[in-house]
Amino acid sequence: METLILLFTLFVISLFLGVELITKVPPTLHTPLMSGTNAISGITLVGAALAAGAETQSWLVHALGFIAVFTATLNVVGGYLVTNRMLAMFKRK
Amino acid sequence: MIIWVEIIYLLAAVLFIVGIKAMTRPKTAVRGNLLSAVGMLLAVVVTLLDRGIVRYEYIAAGLIAGALVGATMAMRVRMTAMPQMVALLNGCGGAASLALAIASQIMTLEGPGYTAGSAGMIAVVFVMVTILIGAVTLSGSLVAFAKLQELISGQPIGFAGMKFLNAALFAAALGATALLCANPGSDALLWTLVAVALLLGLTLVLPIGGADMPVVIALLNSYSGIAAATAGFIMENTVLIVSGSLVGASGLILTQIMCKAMNRSLTNVLFGVMAPGGAAIDADAIYAGKVKSAQAEEIAMILETARRVVIVPGFGMAMSQAQHAVRELMDVLEDRGTEVEFAIHPVAGRMPGHMNVLLAEAEVPYDKLVEMDRINPTFEQTDVAIVIGANDVTNPMAREDKGSPIYGMPILNVDKARTVVVVKRSLGSGFAGLPNPLFARDNCLMVFGDGKKAVIDITAALNVA
Repeated sequence: METLILLFTLFVISLFLGVELITKVPPTLHTPLMSGTNAISGITLVGAALAAGAETQSWLVHALGFIAVFTATLNVVGGYLVTNRMLAMFKRK
Repeated sequence: MIIWVEIIYLLAAVLFIVGIKAMTRPKTAVRGNLLSAVGMLLAVVVTLLDRGIVRYEYIAAGLIAGALVGATMAMRVRMTAMPQMVALLNGCGGAASLALAIASQIMTLEGPGYTAGSAGMIAVVFVMVTILIGAVTLSGSLVAFAKLQELISGQPIGFAGMKFLNAALFAAALGATALLCANPGSDALLWTLVAVALLLGLTLVLPIGGADMPVVIALLNSYSGIAAATAGFIMENTVLIVSGSLVGASGLILTQIMCKAMNRSLTNVLFGVMAPGGAAIDADAIYAGKVKSAQAEEIAMILETARRVVIVPGFGMAMSQAQHAVRELMDVLEDRGTEVEFAIHPVAGRMPGHMNVLLAEAEVPYDKLVEMDRINPTFEQTDVAIVIGANDVTNPMAREDKGSPIYGMPILNVDKARTVVVVKRSLGSGFAGLPNPLFARDNCLMVFGDGKKAVIDITAALNVA
């Protein structure tokens, strides 16, 4: 129960931090911001790897683990690369 | 060992935060994105060293396949198709959380099972909430993708009582969650919940029209973050919780900005149909005999003497891939000593900031892109406003006609410019389905035709002049 409260505190504080950070991003960067934060949400990959690599006899767990790793990696790699592509266009003058 | 993993996770979270912070300025944004990617790499690598992982073949297969598909998509996607791309990536995030939650449920039941009492119940609730949000994000994003890619109609799809169906589905999902808390071992209930949640994602997004897609994408972005955070509660993983909630907050802020820019509440976007504005407005009565159409040469003559020109891009510019042509027009005008700026409405295009990306692609300097609040007071000193493929965001009804369904929506006051040139395919109405009295104004000239061709013609005529 104590862990839960701690995790919940982390969740709420991070939400507020997110609001503070994002409100400062100028509208001109909103599309790359979206794809960039999208890539961050691919952090599920961390949990997905733990499931896909777990010691279990269930083929279903392995299949789901594979799907989770695949989609999360797609999210991460695609998200960061496309964001980089867009931001590079803003950088040049 | 465990301590080290936690410290690296903390470092990854810090890099995400510093990365987003660097996104507040175009100059540092590339570095910010890179820092965030480094954080991700650290978190993933340290996870792969975890002792709980005994087999690597599924992980390796997923990593390689995902990286290949992701990289190919990211390299090949056109800037005009960015909204679809982001919708698809949102869907992937949802799918990952959904699959992870189901897998973790099966593993728990295989192993020791849930602990009795409230702790066990809370654990079940987190799994079910992740399944619910993940599934809605997945199927909702796929519908948004299909609409944006024009695989299905961008018009709202549904029937009058759709919101009751949504409410029933949501209640069914909550019911299944409650039953699963009492009986976590039930496979049937688990898959019912998955099916209901997937269906709910479909029925939530299908009735939403193309114009509201920016809001939907931002909201689904938020959902994909929240799903990652709730998955973090399942795994008791701090980095998932921190980064998931950062993304959740980001999506919510963008959603709020979009809603404000359309003067509508989120519930109105999600569940409301736009109120019909009293009696149907007769487009013919507004346009009859008052619309003046012009050729490129006439427009060039007006531009020749203009001191200040403001260009207003809309989704039509993206549709006709006119961004490079527009840049050339800007160059020619600037060479003649004309001041050129771009007016960007927050909901122009199909996602927040879409016009900025397209113009950046065409190498328009970002300091020429001016936000609505700052550019509106300058229209009175503007000689020519050129509207390219934008409609509703320039409709003066929003300012003047109290009975109009879009009354109160902030618009770009292009009608205050000395001359307004509207480049448009036809007099057809925009997403709001309303006629635009701007087109019938004395100071308005219509150039009918494809956006790209029209802009090229005007530039050519200006070069000859």
